Amino acid sequence: MKINDVILQTAAKIVVFIILTFSIYLFFAGHNNPGGGFIGGLMTAGGLVLLCLAYDTKTIRKVLPVDFRIVTAIGLLVATLTGLGSFLFGAPFLSHTFDYFTLPLLGKTELATATLFEIGVYLTVVGVSMTIILSIGEDR
Amino acid sequence: MLEGMLTAAAIILSLSILTCMYRVIKGPSMPDRIIALDTIGINMIALVAVLCVHMKTQAFLELILVVGILAFLGTIAFAKYIEKGVVLEHDRDHPDDR
Repeated sequence: MKINDVILQTAAKIVVFIILTFSIYLFFAGHNNPGGGFIGGLMTAGGLVLLCLAYDTKTIRKVLPVDFRIVTAIGLLVATLTGLGSFLFGAPFLSHTFDYFTLPLLGKTELATATLFEIGVYLTVVGVSMTIILSIGEDR
Repeated sequence: MLEGMLTAAAIILSLSILTCMYRVIKGPSMPDRIIALDTIGINMIALVAVLCVHMKTQAFLELILVVGILAFLGTIAFAKYIEKGVVLEHDRDHPDDR
């Protein structure tokens, strides 16, 4: 018996974009407001889980051919490299700095190197949660 | 005036969550409990909004969206588990030859 859940699939197609946009917003809001890499990564994983619920994991693996264990490794590598990068300037491990730049569209913007570390946290959280969910969910 | 109204709203929402808790504990069937849990999530969103106004802060406004998304995801996962027995299928078109 095939179950036709067209309402769930159509709703998921729209809601996933809202969730992913919100996760990116949470990621960039983390410097001055509640948010950050951890909750942003969890929300991204939530959006991908919604896709897996509405469709099946075979389709998701086809449209998103990413091995999430490698995403975890890349995240840890990025976080470590941002810590090692402070050695280039003779600063202690994991030193962070920030400066103000004038960007073409955004105007005067504060760019902090803590964002690079947060990218590592984000990728690690997405990779770990998607690895756990996909490896538990696939019953084979 | 506003403080009194906020307190009244918080009390009413708490009573609503309590009655939903009755349905969660007592509910004869599983879908009753799931709908009650979803309603508890919606009431929690409203309670967070009331708390935001009471504390005169905008720090919890993201929490409203997060709880909304999590309630939606959880309800869908439970509904799919009840209907199909699995939460994540491997292949939707050929469910037998896994």
